[in-house]
Amino acid sequence: MVELVLVPLAETSSRANHTGLWRTLKPVIDYSSCIRCEICWKFCPDNAINLEDGRKTPAPNQKVIAFSIPVIDYDYCKGCGICANECPEKCIEMNFEEE
Amino acid sequence: MPTSIPEQELMEPGHTACQGCGATLAMRYVLKALGKKTVVSVPASCWAVIPGAMPNRTLDIPMVYTPFAATGASISGLREALDIRGDSDYNVVGFAGDGGTADIGLQSLSGAMERGHNVFYIMYDNEGYMNTGVQRSGSTPYGAETTTTPVGLDRNFKKQQKKVVADIMMAQGVPYVATATIAYPEDLIRKVQNAKKTNGPKFIQILAPCPTGWYYPPEKTIEVSRMAVQSRMFPLYEYSMGTFRLTRPSKPVSVKEYVQSQKRFSHMDEDEISILQEEVDRRWEGLLEKETH
Ligand SMILES: Cc1ncc(C[n+]2csc(CCOP(=O)(O)OP(=O)(O)O)c2C)c(N)n1
Ligand code: SF4
Ligand code: SF4
Ligand code: SF4
Ligand SMILES: [Mg+2]
Repeated sequence: MVELVLVPLAETSSRANHTGLWRTLKPVIDYSSCIRCEICWKFCPDNAINLEDGRKTPAPNQKVIAFSIPVIDYDYCKGCGICANECPEKCIEMNFEEE
Repeated sequence: MPTSIPEQELMEPGHTACQGCGATLAMRYVLKALGKKTVVSVPASCWAVIPGAMPNRTLDIPMVYTPFAATGASISGLREALDIRGDSDYNVVGFAGDGGTADIGLQSLSGAMERGHNVFYIMYDNEGYMNTGVQRSGSTPYGAETTTTPVGLDRNFKKQQKKVVADIMMAQGVPYVATATIAYPEDLIRKVQNAKKTNGPKFIQILAPCPTGWYYPPEKTIEVSRMAVQSRMFPLYEYSMGTFRLTRPSKPVSVKEYVQSQKRFSHMDEDEISILQEEVDRRWEGLLEKETH
């Protein structure tokens, strides 16, 4: 039997849409004070923060060195500022984008 | 650090919600709780446009668009069809806004719940018709300014109190009913997972603050969501198998502090704020009473 598709199907990922272009404020993480609590990752509405291996990244202390670090994907970050606002260490700074 | 919520992401980046949108977090957490074997039905709402234009999709699971009033009917049909196909292990989720739930979709919702299908109905509550430009809904709280309740010289803000659909669902006898909000993702995810244990209809109302329609800066979305609970404007509860549990806010704040965090309430004077505070207190007392019965 031939399978007919009777409804329009959306097949490409929204990853094709680089919403980072919307940004006017850019969050920048200072890893030397980041305690790797993942709060910024948890609250990002754009899924623009990934958790990555941070064993080679400077850390505020040795206890957290094995934990993942949050890495912002600027292709998608819209610059809402939630991460900076919720970070308990206040180690995310929002800077104006340059031209 | 072991993550406090599931790591799996079924909502992809690149979606077209406003900066700091609470509704996207509601979807992100619900899908973390349910996993890949899930089908979502979405009516006309912000979530109908958040995935972006054809041919883009932002969810890694099947998502069906349904007419504005028909979310309840659509999840009934999806459930029955999947069961006939032998796909009973799929979660069927209606994911609708407050306008689509408290107003136009209420009869469809109530019917689906009454028929007893094994479905989730998630109402993401941004307290207004946001996708069409911030009109008032039954779920808009007293005092709010919207484009259909413009304050102006006549102080024409919304005069009616919020209609709480979760309370209606409890009164109807839906086996699992809960309220949650995005500032507490662990609680939200635990409730969705608890709901899954109920083989029958379940209803969860998620407060999802909207910077665009509540007129506050986008970085405050989590803060506003947290304050809604602390001020008891949006009490968190869980009603399961006849047992009711209410969450006591750890750091209570006044309704006045809450309304001051958003420009939609900025016109309110002391008397109007106390009308709202009284309603909040009245409802809280009612919920406390429910706990003892
Ligand atoms: C029958 C019908 N009436 C009106 C509309 C227009 N419409 C599309 S989305 C929307 C608002 C939805 O509000 P809500 O359910 O609260 O979701 P939100 O946009 O706030 O996420 C309206 C009125 C429609 N699509 N269908
Ligand atoms: S919230 Fe702050 S401290 Fe926590 S992981 Fe993110 S940047 Fe680091
Ligand atoms: S600014 Fe907003 S979108 Fe960008 S990483 Fe932070 S939370 Fe995510
Ligand atoms: S209007 Fe509000 S709910 Fe809709 S996408 Fe924008 S922030 Fe989200
Ligand atoms: Mg709405």
